[in-house]
Amino acid sequence: MIRSACFAAAGLCLAAGAQPALAEEPNIETSLELGMELRAFPNDPAFGLQRDQAVSPSFYLEPEISADWNGGDDRLTLVPYARVDRDDDSRTHVDLREANWLHIGDGYDLVIGADKVFWGVTESRHLVDIINQSDGVEDVDLEDKLGQPMVQLAVPSDLGTFSFFAMPYFRERTFPDADARLSGGVRVDGDAQYDSDAEEFHPDLAVRWSQVIGDFDVGLSHFHGTSREPRLLALDPANPSNLTPYYDQIDQTGLDLQYTKDAWLWKLEAIGRGGHGDYFPAAVAGFEYTLFGIRGSDMDLGFLAEYQYDGRDEDGSAPGTLANNDTFIGTRLTFNDVDDTSLLAGAVIDNEDRSTLLSLEAERRIGDAWKLAAVARFFLNADRENALKALERDDFVSLTLIRYF
Amino acid sequence: MGKLQRILALTVLAISPMLQSAYAETPQEKGRAIAEETDRRDLGWGDSDVVMSMILRNAEGESSVRELRLRSLEVPEQGVGDKSITVFDKPRDIEGTAFLSHTKILDPDDQWLFLPALKRVKRISSKNKSGPFVGSEFAYEDLVSQEVARYDYTWLRDENCGEAAPSRECFVVERTPLYEHSGYTKQISWVDKQDYQPRKIEFYDRKDALLKTLLMLDYKQYQARYWRTHRMDMTNHQTGKSTTLSFEEYSFKVGLSEGDFEKNRLKRVR
Repeated sequence: MIRSACFAAAGLCLAAGAQPALAEEPNIETSLELGMELRAFPNDPAFGLQRDQAVSPSFYLEPEISADWNGGDDRLTLVPYARVDRDDDSRTHVDLREANWLHIGDGYDLVIGADKVFWGVTESRHLVDIINQSDGVEDVDLEDKLGQPMVQLAVPSDLGTFSFFAMPYFRERTFPDADARLSGGVRVDGDAQYDSDAEEFHPDLAVRWSQVIGDFDVGLSHFHGTSREPRLLALDPANPSNLTPYYDQIDQTGLDLQYTKDAWLWKLEAIGRGGHGDYFPAAVAGFEYTLFGIRGSDMDLGFLAEYQYDGRDEDGSAPGTLANNDTFIGTRLTFNDVDDTSLLAGAVIDNEDRSTLLSLEAERRIGDAWKLAAVARFFLNADRENALKALERDDFVSLTLIRYF
Repeated sequence: MGKLQRILALTVLAISPMLQSAYAETPQEKGRAIAEETDRRDLGWGDSDVVMSMILRNAEGESSVRELRLRSLEVPEQGVGDKSITVFDKPRDIEGTAFLSHTKILDPDDQWLFLPALKRVKRISSKNKSGPFVGSEFAYEDLVSQEVARYDYTWLRDENCGEAAPSRECFVVERTPLYEHSGYTKQISWVDKQDYQPRKIEFYDRKDALLKTLLMLDYKQYQARYWRTHRMDMTNHQTGKSTTLSFEEYSFKVGLSEGDFEKNRLKRVR
């Protein structure tokens, strides 16, 4: 593998080859992921300006180039990303998912550049996770993230790992084009407004402590800076469906906790946030229980349930949320077969008005270099007052064929 | 005491351990002593790094390949198991996925999984000991470090080692898992009398029927002391599927430490 990677970067490998002791360094690896997606929308759109395309094709490219030396203690990683979507001009976009230098030193590790950081334990909502902005055009689950420029220092110790983050530049959330599906019929202005005079250059700071204590995995974090969630303001009296994203300065303290015992994973994420109206708490708590080897087979069947609470003001001083008093139930079927087939089905149900987001996710490898992934999302029973209402006619089924080079 | 009596007494004292081993040792004691000797001969290996490939074959002869790397750390304290990180290189869709295990003796292991697409480290349940490892015929429990106290032992007999080492004599030892959630009622292992390395293991399922046979081949010795198999052939007799696990050259004492096997380092693993 090293040899073929060297072929792709012959110059560097020739230079390294001159010194036999360093023949393998820098170790350069390149790869490419290419995905072809079809999204089918069985219903006509709800809003007149939305294009009525039953099937929307798109494709994405995600190359990865990395070089490491010092036995892997220094590493450069570059992961650009591009998607082209026929029917959503905003979904046609590029990003730098990662562009960073990692240095693993004596008693610390340091990352400088754009990177992706995940915090948290729950499945239905990622409350504590705050470093990266969501790439909202990719999927409505907001699990795709934009690369975040940062300096990150992590110091492991017997008392846990302490991590410090300085983020000099803010990334705006991406939204679907107004005339595309899943836009809710609104146009989100590309010209965001900020609480801070420094706008997107406000230096955001975060600190995190995480530790494993027996069967408990615990993390405590604090973030000070630009909210990754915007408030969407209707500032254009002529057209109330033109919205301007407004990014407040917030302080958010987060706790994530998992207790792992036998086949049970008990999970809690909780935050307190200031800067969006009154200081408010929010939490997600629940479990995942797995039956391993159901009925003598190799398959595992998991049951998931989580309760979502969010105490934010609903007077416009905080961004809207679907997860104020909702219940998630789900099931995960893992085949443990040669093709790593898996299925996840789940529903998030509003406890007050019964509005429901139903999701199905499935994937399976085909051969050694292909994978097929399917996602279906249905917006059911949407109450007039629930934000899900705007997506009611945008149920979709997405099929993605991925080729790895 | 007369001179003759003294000599006699000393002689009895001197040969009594031999008498014990020859006559007083039960099959259980002998079985355990063999496992302890295997363990003793492997003490001090420190840490290691090895590249492995897995070929999975189904009954129809179709095959699928996995490439992975295993980093291991010996934990010298008695009563604490070893630590390991497995990093996947192939197939490509799981490239970069890493699996961290802190082995315990009888308690459930601590296990974490790193998912590179989400950059997420997940603590996972280790109850799944008998489940297939990445779709192969190896269960998790077949691949974790073989701590002596995980089993009860009974020496059965001595005989030729069989197909894995036809020119060698083996101890045949039955061992029963003492840890919870094993998929096996018992295992029968053929341990080479010369180097105390296992050559073959038969696995019996929860109904006590023969489930799988593992052959351990191509042993090489490192640092004039530590034996490592370089090919493990696992055949499932009930499904007709088989998996071959091949090892490239091991590197020992590569400078890994406890810190490299911490959960928070898992996302930095390459």
